[in-house]
Amino acid sequence: MSTDTPASAPSESTAERYLAVQRSDEFAGLRRTLRGFVFPMTVAFFLWYALYVILSAYARGFMGTKLISNINVALVFGLLQFVSTFVIAWLYSRFANRRIDPVADRIRAEMGEVTHEHGPRG
Amino acid sequence: MNTVLAAEAGSTTARNLTITLFLIFVAITLAITVWASRQTKTATDFYAGGRSFSGFQNGMAIGGDYMSAASFLGIAGIIALYGYDGFLYSIGFLVAWLVALLLVAELLRNSGRYTMADVLAFRMRQRPVRTAAAVSTITVSIFYLLAQMVGAGALVALLLGIKPGTTFLGMDADTAKVATIIMVGALMIIYVTVGGMKGTTYVQIVKAFLLMSGAIVMTLLVLAKYKFNLSSLLGDAADASGKGAAFLEPGLRYGVESGDGLKTFYSKMDLLSLGIALVLGTAGLPHILIRFYTVPTARAARKSVLWAIGIIGAFYLLTLALGFGAAALVGGEAITAQDKAGNTAAPQLAEALGVDFLGGSLGGATLLAIIAAVAFATILAVVAGLTLASSSSLAHDFYANVIKNGQASERQEVNVARISALVIGAVSIVLSIFAQSLNVAFLVALAFAVAASGNLPAILYSLFWKRFNTSGAVWAIYGGLLAAVVLVFFSPVVSGAPTAMFPDHDWHWFPLSNPGIISIPFGFLCGWLGTILSKESDDEKYAELEVRSLTGAGAH
Repeated sequence: MSTDTPASAPSESTAERYLAVQRSDEFAGLRRTLRGFVFPMTVAFFLWYALYVILSAYARGFMGTKLISNINVALVFGLLQFVSTFVIAWLYSRFANRRIDPVADRIRAEMGEVTHEHGPRG
Repeated sequence: MNTVLAAEAGSTTARNLTITLFLIFVAITLAITVWASRQTKTATDFYAGGRSFSGFQNGMAIGGDYMSAASFLGIAGIIALYGYDGFLYSIGFLVAWLVALLLVAELLRNSGRYTMADVLAFRMRQRPVRTAAAVSTITVSIFYLLAQMVGAGALVALLLGIKPGTTFLGMDADTAKVATIIMVGALMIIYVTVGGMKGTTYVQIVKAFLLMSGAIVMTLLVLAKYKFNLSSLLGDAADASGKGAAFLEPGLRYGVESGDGLKTFYSKMDLLSLGIALVLGTAGLPHILIRFYTVPTARAARKSVLWAIGIIGAFYLLTLALGFGAAALVGGEAITAQDKAGNTAAPQLAEALGVDFLGGSLGGATLLAIIAAVAFATILAVVAGLTLASSSSLAHDFYANVIKNGQASERQEVNVARISALVIGAVSIVLSIFAQSLNVAFLVALAFAVAASGNLPAILYSLFWKRFNTSGAVWAIYGGLLAAVVLVFFSPVVSGAPTAMFPDHDWHWFPLSNPGIISIPFGFLCGWLGTILSKESDDEKYAELEVRSLTGAGAH
């Protein structure tokens, strides 16, 4: 069935083509750009979220501090997790539209139709 | 108890209206399903809805798939009874989408085809990896499915107001529960076998729209009652709870502090463990992952996650108002009188709001009926997605690629997928009927823990680690899956606690309810160890996977 089984691996020329693209400077740049954004951002939001969970578990006094009448730090901190999630999603979308899509499109165009060896399915 | 669901005057009206609205939903979704079946000709149509959905449509469908009854009724209930701690759940469930957005959605869309295993097995030996992925997909989906179906059974008696000793259409409460489980099961089988991914997706879109509309209307009514002053709503909720300011702070349910130091320590570790499983589980849930295949490009997959984050985030903000609104306007006592777990807080709030705003018990009955019908629609859409994910994996991964070694025809594969949906649906109905007296709330947490411990390590290593190989993938999936299941089996949720599945027995030695803090690192460790202990490595296939996943070249 599918071409994603090693048994029916693409012809040697196709495999070589993928290797060649993977080793090209353009592709290396794309990978570096993508990883340079998503890895640090993942670490950042995970630590920010972990801080929130840890404070909820171990800093009850601080989280219970009232800011404006019944609005306390815990509520504001929780709402900030919503805000940060929305902001990171928006930043990523802007980043990907500007820095990833054009390069990915260019590489795909350079590879041409050769990669479509899938037959009628899929 | 003046707001109890079965308030005599409104009870019959509410019941008839709930059933009418629900039947309208079923009629509309069945019509869509039949229409979708006419558009479903190829395997891509059946598994991936022809990859024809837009980012917005898929974002709505993801919301419909993700906002389960556990989110709508469960989180509102936890907030209503325990205050702030329910909010912790919402936050974990939302932040989790960043893992999917940044690391998984687009790369998976570019390199896979129908199932999670398409990506995991891309550069590996097919049989062992696809078998492991199918086992894990079906395990996660069945846990989740059981929780939803048993929940539906438990809710029906409450939502239709069938009290002990009374009957409905000649059924007592227990018979009505079984009848509901069978009906939900039969409908989900029809949606999936007839409508495939196209039909299921539309059902989820309609449900997401109904759920959001219902939640928005109720939130506006709650806020209107407090003149849009959030602080006075919170103050009222805290006063009504009898717990004062503590109701607005973390700690009433998770990470509870008691005199016993060790108990407090475990309770707080449990909170951390839950937090980690929530945030890492989503991107490993098979029924969520296959939704990324229903759009044409990686860009559309990105857009669908962005819409999903917007819709789901908005929804969780609304549940905050609903939960505190129920605490303030219905009160914890009236809620626990209906359901100890608080699952009926949202419908009870609807009734109270209806009495206030629409006038009298008839108004209460009307709003209650609408929200009850939305709750059933919610359950139906989620179980359909789960059935589709597990039957796709059984047909595409296990039948076509393991048993038939990749030689099955497209028609055979889709037929097997339809039969699988029937079998999985039937098995779930039977299991749910037997499990209905058990406390199954932990099943959703277990599904998240397995997804985070087994599936997520395998997916991330596959996409980002060149050296990763067959042995690593198999070790990660089975290691994470076993660790999560074994730890839960020996935890207080299964035995040795009053709220356990078997309260009269005690074989527990693992102190936490949620295994994530141990099983997730264990899954990652297994994947790493399995990889370095095997010499296998395929640079050419990795080059193909990496180029395809990053650029979309050769994408299906």
